Amino acid sequence: MVAASLSTPPVAAARSGWTTALLAAAPGATGADALAATRRRAAEALQAIPLPSRRDEAWRFTDVSALTALSPSLLEASAAEMPAAADGSLRLVLDGQGDPLEGLALPEGIEPISGEALEELLGQVLTATGSDQLWPVLLNGAIASRVLALRVSGTIAPTLELVSETGTAAGVLPLRLLLVLEPEASVEVLQVHRSAGANLTSVVLEARLGEGATLRHGLLAPGHDAGCLLATLAVEQATGSTFRSVSAHGGWALGRLEPRLVQREGAALSGLKALQLADGRQISDTHSQMVFAGPDGRLEQLHKAVADGQGRSVFNGAVQVPRAAQRTDAAQLSRNLLLSDRARIDTKPELEIVADDVRCAHGATVSRLQLDELFYLQSRGIAADQAARLLLRGFCEEVLQELPAAARPWQPLASLLGEGRP
Amino acid sequence: MIRPDAPVLLEIRDLQARVEDQPILKGVSLTIRAGEIHAVMGRNGSGKSTLSKVLAGHPAYTVTGGSVHYRGEDLLALEPEQRARLGLFLGFQYPVEIPGVSNLEFLRVATNARRSGKGEEELDTFAFEDLVKERLQVVQMDPAFLERSVNEGFSGGEKKRNEILQMALLDPLVAVLDETDSGLDIDALRIVAGGVNHLAGPDNATLLITHYQRLLDVITPDYVHVMAAGRILRTGGKELALELEERGYDWVDAELAATERAPAEVV
Ligand SMILES: Nc1ncnc2c1ncn2[C@@H]1O[C@H](COP(=O)(O)OP(=O)(O)OP(=O)(O)O)[C@@H](O)[C@H]1O
Ligand SMILES: [Mg+2]
Repeated sequence: MVAASLSTPPVAAARSGWTTALLAAAPGATGADALAATRRRAAEALQAIPLPSRRDEAWRFTDVSALTALSPSLLEASAAEMPAAADGSLRLVLDGQGDPLEGLALPEGIEPISGEALEELLGQVLTATGSDQLWPVLLNGAIASRVLALRVSGTIAPTLELVSETGTAAGVLPLRLLLVLEPEASVEVLQVHRSAGANLTSVVLEARLGEGATLRHGLLAPGHDAGCLLATLAVEQATGSTFRSVSAHGGWALGRLEPRLVQREGAALSGLKALQLADGRQISDTHSQMVFAGPDGRLEQLHKAVADGQGRSVFNGAVQVPRAAQRTDAAQLSRNLLLSDRARIDTKPELEIVADDVRCAHGATVSRLQLDELFYLQSRGIAADQAARLLLRGFCEEVLQELPAAARPWQPLASLLGEGRP
Repeated sequence: MIRPDAPVLLEIRDLQARVEDQPILKGVSLTIRAGEIHAVMGRNGSGKSTLSKVLAGHPAYTVTGGSVHYRGEDLLALEPEQRARLGLFLGFQYPVEIPGVSNLEFLRVATNARRSGKGEEELDTFAFEDLVKERLQVVQMDPAFLERSVNEGFSGGEKKRNEILQMALLDPLVAVLDETDSGLDIDALRIVAGGVNHLAGPDNATLLITHYQRLLDVITPDYVHVMAAGRILRTGGKELALELEERGYDWVDAELAATERAPAEVV
């Protein structure tokens, strides 16, 4: 890495300096907004701990130097071009500053949460999922001055599309989201986070699902070689609820997704389907955590990763089944495609099972493109490189096809592979 | 149809090949002219599929001797996809499943690759759908199979029909069909054989690898070859297949022993 300044300060000092500089650029604790108290607490906690480093187990394979190479400032919103929203999608554009609800009519069954209710709810799910002290969450908490908080009741027809586009602007975009699903409520939510330059998208979503509620969640995040993404997804589920998430991220210098789920009393369904890609010198990371705090819970998790070039893919899938979680049924599969000798894939299930009457299946495979599949395509006149692309696409589509239909205009595969970018 | 003056499409001379360090083909010679149907029979493990894969250019096999000419051109110098574009088709004994790749798209890309090899224009998605619907009838296949991933979850017989569908779309000059009849029920066998007969013409040729007379009852071969230990041990007309059906392969051992004692003799 080429240092921009002539005098190179010691690394540790430079890193904490990055946080300090960013905090100085943030609105601080003085604002009158709903997040002022959160900002103060988070800023204090953030300054008390060092930047994540390879000495931390949770960051062992994930180097954050791409992050600290970014400008430690808040991102100025830039007008970005976006594809038209799909039919049946209600798009909210998040720029960290304006009100995404302005001029919009929310469908019946969705209403903003504010005032005391918001103060009481905010951060609860982070605490319940043990996410409140995670570095990316503290970072977000210390600088975010806006939160999009929505309460959902009944069945919502349109897909809520929550979109951010950092474009080529420099700096950090903090996004804070809160969803509360009343019992039996049902909604589909798609997050789209795009970047085209050296910036950080920091997003924290808290979702609380009441009894029998259903949240279909999608996250599509095509990044940029110099850009970073830190996304946390904290979900608390009551009994009988269903949470299904389909996520795809790739193309970031550092892209890290942390889904943290808790089934408060068990007896709920959690689904996590994910695809991540790393090419060039990119890092794609997912640290997921599933906690069954009661019996009869279910998890279906498929994590797929592709590493090419000198890319690095990291997956850590924690599943906690304490004594109270009898008859838990959890399945976790990690499937990885290694496309180059210099790419690296680290995948690790982390099962802590105390209950005795449970089914926990897990497996991990790392493979190259299958020679027989390539040959079959070639024997039909398809050139080797095109055949490889078809196979790669096939590998990815298994997950991408499951994204909410609202993701289609964003061309998930092409954007993740960096095709068609200027 | 045997026409001595028909152009030679495929000329295999003393072909030898190995996989890793193990020699498998030990001198195969075979000439195929336009309009001909050849059948290759032989015990399990005698090298029939190896021959077909070497012809198609499978990277696991190394050619260690001999030559193959396709319409006068050195076939072995070509990449597998070039061979296919020039009209060589291999129907796989074990068609490969490709999860996530739609059959329809695969067929379209393959068809267009072959069309460009023939110097024809590529078909757009609409034109291709018309073509594929028409060709589906050759194998009486349900259009629903187009929507699925290539061969994924197809039954054995469905995979074989999908192979013939590909053959019908790719319009090959030389089709090598490796046990396309095995795993087929009686109706499917009739359909597949009907498809092969329908596609066979005076300008192309077919090499059928099979174990069973029942296929040759429907597709009449001009030549029947018996492979043993990586060589063609005997060649005859369609009556050779009937003889095999009756006598089995016991005579092969004696004949093999004889050729091994006299290696100079050309078989
Ligand atoms: N990739 C390979 N690796 C190792 N051995 C191989 C490979 N391919 C073929 N062989 C060996 O070469 C020999 C010939 O195999 P081949 O598949 O060509 O036989 P075949 O005549 O098609 O048999 P069958 O009638 O059972 O289909 C066998 O002994 C087989 O085990
Ligand atoms: Mg065989």
